[in-house]
Amino acid sequence: MTDLSNRPILPIAQRPRLLEMTGVSKVFNSTVMALDGMNLTVNEGDFLSLLGPSGCGKSTALRLIAGLMRPTSGRIGWIGAHDRGDIGVVFQEPTLMPWATVARNVWLPFRLRGESFASVRDRVGTALELVGLENFRDAYPRELSGGMKMRVSIARAFVTNPRLILMDEPFAALDEITRQKLNDDLLALKAKIGCTVIFVTHSVFESVFLSDRIVVMAARPGRVVQELTVGAPYPRDMEFRTSPDYAAQTHVVSDALRRAMGDHSNDHL
Amino acid sequence: MTTSDLDPAVPRSADPAVDADEARRARNRRIEAVARWALPLVVVILTVWGWHLFSNSTQTRGLIFPEPARVWGRFLADYPMLFGSLMVTLKITFLALGIAIIGGVLLAILFTQSRFAELVFFPYAVVLQVTPIVSIAPLIFIYVQDPLARVLICAWIVAFFPILSNTTLGLKSTDSNLRDLYAIYGATWWQTLLFLQLPSALPYFLGGLRIAGGLALIGAIVAEYVAGISGSGSGLAFRILEASYRLNYPRMFAALIMIAVVGVIIFAATSFLSWVFLRKWHESAIRRET
Ligand SMILES: Nc1ncnc2c1ncn2[C@@H]1O[C@H](COP(=O)(O)OP(=O)(O)OP(=O)(O)O)[C@@H](O)[C@H]1O
Ligand SMILES: [Mg+2]
Repeated sequence: MTDLSNRPILPIAQRPRLLEMTGVSKVFNSTVMALDGMNLTVNEGDFLSLLGPSGCGKSTALRLIAGLMRPTSGRIGWIGAHDRGDIGVVFQEPTLMPWATVARNVWLPFRLRGESFASVRDRVGTALELVGLENFRDAYPRELSGGMKMRVSIARAFVTNPRLILMDEPFAALDEITRQKLNDDLLALKAKIGCTVIFVTHSVFESVFLSDRIVVMAARPGRVVQELTVGAPYPRDMEFRTSPDYAAQTHVVSDALRRAMGDHSNDHL
Repeated sequence: MTTSDLDPAVPRSADPAVDADEARRARNRRIEAVARWALPLVVVILTVWGWHLFSNSTQTRGLIFPEPARVWGRFLADYPMLFGSLMVTLKITFLALGIAIIGGVLLAILFTQSRFAELVFFPYAVVLQVTPIVSIAPLIFIYVQDPLARVLICAWIVAFFPILSNTTLGLKSTDSNLRDLYAIYGATWWQTLLFLQLPSALPYFLGGLRIAGGLALIGAIVAEYVAGISGSGSGLAFRILEASYRLNYPRMFAALIMIAVVGVIIFAATSFLSWVFLRKWHESAIRRET
């Protein structure tokens, strides 16, 4: 595999820190407290999910980490040096340029660094192979299904071999079957490349299946209420999805989420 | 990662089994392919025939409403002169359109970069647009002496606004997630403009161009009318005016039809341009199977 390094994933306790948020608050329009004093340490190699109800500031946290806006107070710092090639992003929508072919869309991060298409053709090809779209490099986005568009978006995020991938509910708009498939593929991709992923989701099941760390957030004001770890080893597959361990973990996370939403009755969600 | 179970990665070979629906579609396509050319042609022939009958319906009507054959004869006889005039009109139209494109796009870029510039200049653009060109033209003819420049200015004024307003709208319609993505990857202002905003604006710009092409022609014609017979122009509008003073009705018709044909050609050309640029990716240019 060209140019996609294979960073080893250490056990959580031994992972070096990648970035740190300390007391981060974000206020919109001087009234909306989107985040209130959020603390979060992200380690190299984490698959970290931000889980919480709508409006709890998950997207805001992600945008702050991406450097798209500055916190009202508090600080966000990378441990050690980093550059713009260190971050890849996947949004809820595939966010492809409709006028460019699949390959040219994946080329974008390189293009913005001034690298010609010819010089990175192989890397683009490898990324497309990794998401199973090598036969669609010359297709236009409108010719692809929703799931395939999302794969292109993922290939674009991974193509520069970034240390950190930010994903904001990337599979929320997809059907269950496609979503499970993409979950599997995402885990395989992450294991292969050994990057860190911060993954925003509404889904308890998705977060348990994917992550080794889950950060549960609550709204009004947006804040972190609980951090959990999912101990099950990778690779995780269909077997894990149907295991009692998985059921137990989703139960724990559901409870945490319910408490975060201020609902203490224990009989429905 | 295997995908064979998810994505139809291997295109299937042509299926020999054609269902009734498919056959109906194919038949409709064939009918449309013929009707597309045949129908307009039939309409034109019927129109010319009706015109011919009307001109000959009374003894004297043909004098002021010349029959097609006489117009055609006049056209052939006056062809060198009319062709020269056509070139003049075309030159003005395309020069004006060219300047409108450059000016409109540059100003649109300025507007999207600076809210301040937009607040300052947009009112002028609107005023120029909403004031009828026939009422501005006499003033322009007083202040501008150069015969080409004065006509050009008139044509430019009418052609400019659709380009400006459409392109501005297009530049502002870029997907905000894509803009975020560009920001995250550290795109420069120039890269964002070139790779993101201009392509996003392209369909809007081409829509504006289609309108502006027709308007540039109208502007050129109107300006020549305002200049009148005393003007030093020699475009098609000038020929119409001149012929009307000389009661040369066949030539008036010939020049008029030439103007109409030019208008149609400009519209077809700009539509074709849209199709060329958008056919691969933009909904407006994609033909659906029904
Ligand atoms: N640009 C903005 N201007 C004003 N308010 C904003 C802005 N962005 C977010 N907010 C507010 O901040 C709060 C948190 O928003 P955010 O988008 O981070 O939530 P979220 O957890 O991602 O929600 P969802 O799950 O629905 O995507 C919301 O109340 C939202 O209205
Ligand atoms: Mg969100």
